[in-house]
Amino acid sequence: MPDRYVLAVDQGTTSTRSLVFDRGGRMVAVRQREHRQYFPKPGWVEHDPMEIWANTQRTAAQVLADLPGPGEVVAIGIANQRETTVVWDRATGRPVTRALVWQDTRTDDLVTELAARPDAGLVAERSGMAIAGYFSGPRLSWILDHVPRARERAERGELLFGTMETWLIWNLTGGPDGGVHVTDVTNASRTLLMDVRSCRWDPDLLAFFGIPAAMLPEIRPSVGVLGVATALSPALPIAGALGDQQAALFGQACFAPGEAKCTYGTGSFLLQNTGTELVHTRSGSISTVAYQLAGEPVHYALEGSIAVAGALVQWLRDGLGLISSAAEVETLARTVGDNGGCYVVPAFSGLLAPHWRGEARGLVAGLTSYVTKGHLARAVLEATGWQTRDVVQAMAADSGLSLPSLRVDGGMTTNNLLMQFVADALDVPVVRPMVGETVSLGAAYAAGLAVGVWSDVEALRRNWHRAAQWTPSPARARALTEEYPRWERAVELSIAWGAP
Amino acid sequence: MSHSWGAAIRPRHALASVVVPGTVQSIERAAAILQVVAASGGTLGVTDIAESVGLAKTTTHSLLRTLLHVGYVEQDRTTGHYAVGAGILRLGSHLDVNELRARSSNWADALAARSGHAVRLATLAGEDEVVVVHHVFRPDDSVQVLEVGTALPARTTALGKVLLAHALGHRTPRAAAGTWAGELAEVRARGWAVDRGEHQPGRGCIAAPVRGPGGMVVAALGINGPVTSLFDGRGAPRGPLLGRVTDAASAVSRELGASGA
Repeated sequence: MPDRYVLAVDQGTTSTRSLVFDRGGRMVAVRQREHRQYFPKPGWVEHDPMEIWANTQRTAAQVLADLPGPGEVVAIGIANQRETTVVWDRATGRPVTRALVWQDTRTDDLVTELAARPDAGLVAERSGMAIAGYFSGPRLSWILDHVPRARERAERGELLFGTMETWLIWNLTGGPDGGVHVTDVTNASRTLLMDVRSCRWDPDLLAFFGIPAAMLPEIRPSVGVLGVATALSPALPIAGALGDQQAALFGQACFAPGEAKCTYGTGSFLLQNTGTELVHTRSGSISTVAYQLAGEPVHYALEGSIAVAGALVQWLRDGLGLISSAAEVETLARTVGDNGGCYVVPAFSGLLAPHWRGEARGLVAGLTSYVTKGHLARAVLEATGWQTRDVVQAMAADSGLSLPSLRVDGGMTTNNLLMQFVADALDVPVVRPMVGETVSLGAAYAAGLAVGVWSDVEALRRNWHRAAQWTPSPARARALTEEYPRWERAVELSIAWGAP
Repeated sequence: MSHSWGAAIRPRHALASVVVPGTVQSIERAAAILQVVAASGGTLGVTDIAESVGLAKTTTHSLLRTLLHVGYVEQDRTTGHYAVGAGILRLGSHLDVNELRARSSNWADALAARSGHAVRLATLAGEDEVVVVHHVFRPDDSVQVLEVGTALPARTTALGKVLLAHALGHRTPRAAAGTWAGELAEVRARGWAVDRGEHQPGRGCIAAPVRGPGGMVVAALGINGPVTSLFDGRGAPRGPLLGRVTDAASAVSRELGASGA
């Protein structure tokens, strides 16, 4: 039997990547194309959906042409930047405005207004998430309010809404000519418009945000055939779709309650599988949908988002010029044995989980003449470790699940000093898988599972191999637990500093 | 920059006055060209540069082509103007080992996944030792300990042999076969090294050189495992293992900007 491959499209914030994986979960080909970032006003971030669609077609065609030897690509899976919002004309396929990206903060005022309404409690109760500009519902409201005639056209069914996977699936399956208008349940769960228990659009939430139901895509499981991508040659079944962080959880084979992954990139996203019961959160983590296999119940996850992780190292490089490449932060940090009493809280634009304090601002605490750039580099790395501990503690309080180990991926996992610090700060082993491309691997797994490339999630588990492990040192773990209140105090100060 | 470069450039025919007997003329000329290119901020083409250093255009052009080849200058495709290349910016700083790990990580993972063996990347530390700077576990999920930072003997490991073979001071010409110098000369000539139980009984390694910008060997990349699974009965690397190691080492070299790797 010839080899069977799965194509994954990773539609990310800065680029669109098409990758092909074999049955062993190994990447055999990759193509990538960046798209333009539009910053029309301070705090506004936009993408051109047409450019992203063109990049998807192009990279997919290229990667299919790259394939070595005999073999057949049998399905396509999509992972996408979450919460980025597109509205387009059903008849022409043209977006009515550029996509509002998840980093865009233009809805802050709208969200403040909405949150002050007496019925605002409905949002958290039904959607499982606190009302925040981070999610796509308020962005959709903004577009309907600001694009001329948008709301009346949407009510007449002339306009369609989607996050990036919806936009790409609609185009891949024919666009104006019979395109399938669907979203997956993980992406739908990030709109604030979905009832997180029934996984259906909630009429009361739609009324709250003023969204016409006619423009919404059908909510479908993450794993299951969504349509046929006739825009590709050969035409392939689109058999999986997930938001990027959920895709990484899937790619890391975190299928059992308690299993968790953390992606260390510009920011950090920690997701812990909590099983088929929704966890009611009180401690600052978010309850979100992890994935759903067709015909099976929804699996939920707790999520902790850290806004600034690798971005702090970039600041050390570009803002301060203390290092010439991100990796050199480890070299600089290793010139000293500890942080010299120095703490850096990277609240560049507030703090996300578990604090959710938009007013917080960054600070360097504990400066003395003893502190060198080496101590500062160490404090920069430790900030990511401490923030991971903040999030893990909040999740443990919410779910009552202990963390057996933390599976990590992303660029910062080549930093041994940081990974060891995370292991010591959490007092659990930190493990890195052999395939670092967990987002696209998760999309490939979802699609391959739906069409039978893999028989079940246990087959996916067997593909997961450890590439490295950092084991906590009991003495260091004790010392860091004693030190943790210093970090918490620095966080309090950063919140106080930003208070009006 | 462009408003002030003129002042920094030596007057025409300046080279004639600075040539010192016993020095290498083409290096002096190349240095003068680099000074002009650096001071111009990327605004000059070959004609202007030739005029500034007082050399014939053909001579200047061939020097610029050589500088382009080694990455010390770059040429804008549309204007044809020359600017200082990334290679020269890297000159002052040696390759950071943490940078080396970050840049090699994807290829090291792929090598472990495809070969089924543990992967190590090492650099030379003194005359007798190498230090492991990156380690990917054997993909069988058995208990393994991260070896990053571990020192290994240079003379009995394939990683060490690769690094010693390419280290300065070890380039003994016409070494006799069967001697240590002969073995290093062979490693240098064929581009890979092995050890079969020399460091640890029953354990072996296959390694190949990783080259940095300018072609210098900066690290060795290898797989290690039981001698019987790495080598056949005659002691030759089994099946596709050797090609996988040399391909991965070349890929990392390309990633680091080595030309012709």
